[in-house]
Amino acid sequence: MTTLLIIAAKEIREAFRNRWVVATTLLMAALALTLSFLGAAPTGTVGVGRIEVTIVSLSSLTIFLLPLIALLLSFDAVVGEIDRGTMTLLLSYPVARWQVLLGKFLGHAAIIAFATVLGYGSAGAALAWSGAAVGPESWQAYGAMIGSSVLLGAAFTALGYLASTLVRDRGTAAGIAVALWLGFVLLYDMGLLGLLVADGGKTVNAELLNALLLANPADAYRLFNLTGFKNVSLLAGTAGLASQVQVSGGVLLGVLAAWVAAPLGLAVLLFSRKQI
Amino acid sequence: MSKEPTIRVEGVSKRYGEQYAVRGVDLALMPGECVAMVGHNGAGKSSLIKLMLGLTTPTEGRLTVLGGDPASAAASAIRRQVGFLPENVAFHPSITGRETLDFYARLKGVATAGNPALFERVGLEPAAVARRVGTYSKGMRQRLALAQALLGGPRVLFLDEPTTGLDPALRQSFYEIVADLRDAGTTVLLCSHALTELEGQADRVVVMSRGRKVADGSLATLRGLARLPVRIRLTLADGDVDGLARRIGEGAALTRLAGGVVELACANDDKVGLVRRIACDGPAVRDIEIVQPSLDEMYAHFLRRPDALGPDSLAEAAE
Repeated sequence: MTTLLIIAAKEIREAFRNRWVVATTLLMAALALTLSFLGAAPTGTVGVGRIEVTIVSLSSLTIFLLPLIALLLSFDAVVGEIDRGTMTLLLSYPVARWQVLLGKFLGHAAIIAFATVLGYGSAGAALAWSGAAVGPESWQAYGAMIGSSVLLGAAFTALGYLASTLVRDRGTAAGIAVALWLGFVLLYDMGLLGLLVADGGKTVNAELLNALLLANPADAYRLFNLTGFKNVSLLAGTAGLASQVQVSGGVLLGVLAAWVAAPLGLAVLLFSRKQI
Repeated sequence: MSKEPTIRVEGVSKRYGEQYAVRGVDLALMPGECVAMVGHNGAGKSSLIKLMLGLTTPTEGRLTVLGGDPASAAASAIRRQVGFLPENVAFHPSITGRETLDFYARLKGVATAGNPALFERVGLEPAAVARRVGTYSKGMRQRLALAQALLGGPRVLFLDEPTTGLDPALRQSFYEIVADLRDAGTTVLLCSHALTELEGQADRVVVMSRGRKVADGSLATLRGLARLPVRIRLTLADGDVDGLARRIGEGAALTRLAGGVVELACANDDKVGLVRRIACDGPAVRDIEIVQPSLDEMYAHFLRRPDALGPDSLAEAAE
């Protein structure tokens, strides 16, 4: 346990030192503040919008941004250390390979969590301070969005670790990371939409569609945030969808957690067999 | 000091796919012994070190370090007593030297209170220790790498190309530290290309070629085995080379070198006789210099003829 923490602490220290954490936190805070205070501009007013609007726009943006940050942070984690020669050295110490991988992952996940909670949390605090009327249920939805965002970031960090363990070359790992991002965040939904239109509802029923949506962590996150809370789904235009989706919030969070555990478990397995 | 070998390698082979990186190597390293492993790139030196560190497992054969299998799950106790200086290591540039060493000390379960003494030992100033590794020179980075290898007073120390890129003064202090450790009973295994600097440092030299061990023994033993000629360089007072050739001629090859120096090459056993003949009835000599075959030449010799040494002569050499 202490070995894990020692390795995680080093990862966190390095990220703080090279301004990764500061830059990410500032970016997330800037986006969250912009969306909460200027989000209503398209409707002709500048001022604090309803927090539900913020949740809808912020979670839509998170789907694009956070996986990218997570993959950028993680694709180099294993292959980069092997490249620099520090991995050989690290493994000559009294540490197990799974401890190295898990320790580093804990560090990176903590960085994502720190940046997300602080960045989005500051926007929430600013909303509260500006005196906007926000009900307890809305706060709950906002908190759930922050929590699920951390989980989404962790899932893509785990995917980045898998890419980093899979290959011997940093460039290839970076390529896989970009492909993962494009695939899960952009192409998957387009493909799904195309499939639905082409199929015309003949073979793809609601159950299969649900399964297909759960097969993508970004979609699981979207479903969780846009259909999980009634007052949010009304604004997101997904109220109709919400009544169709038979997957509860707990299951969606479970799916996201599985998207953290499965790639990470596979990465640990591959790493323990890798020839360094 | 126990006389059990700290590292025992028995018939170890390592295959990557179809390619043998290490092939049928036997080796025993004793406590308090400094062994130099030489061989060109891809000769199997690094692969052998990785096997000894337990980073990979042998395809065939058996390997123990400090009495245990370094690749087993219970190898933590062994690794705590092993130090390793990798060939190329780039510590994170934005972390200071002190933080780097603290991290490795914690991982090894060594109290960080001993780190300042360790920095002093490898010659890193307190001011440098507080700076980021990114600002370090090559020599300072190598000192930091050595400091982490010395954490916890290892009983076995692996140094992979430790002095590449170091200036002569640094190299000197480096070998002083190694000698101290050896005298304290640590087994030191040193890989190097810079053969000449190993003279006087290594108790034994192991020559590797294409994954095989082609020679193993002290410098004197290897010299005897290689039967390389000894060269005697003379500066003649009158420059009468032809006269010298007439009188000393047989049993020695004669070459003229720059600056009026004449070089005679002869077998090691004929050396004393030849010097006596030069002194008694040779021409007037202003200066005489006897050049033993260097490690570089011996190395080249063993690599040229990888099969020159059968198993019998290897056993001889090991004695």
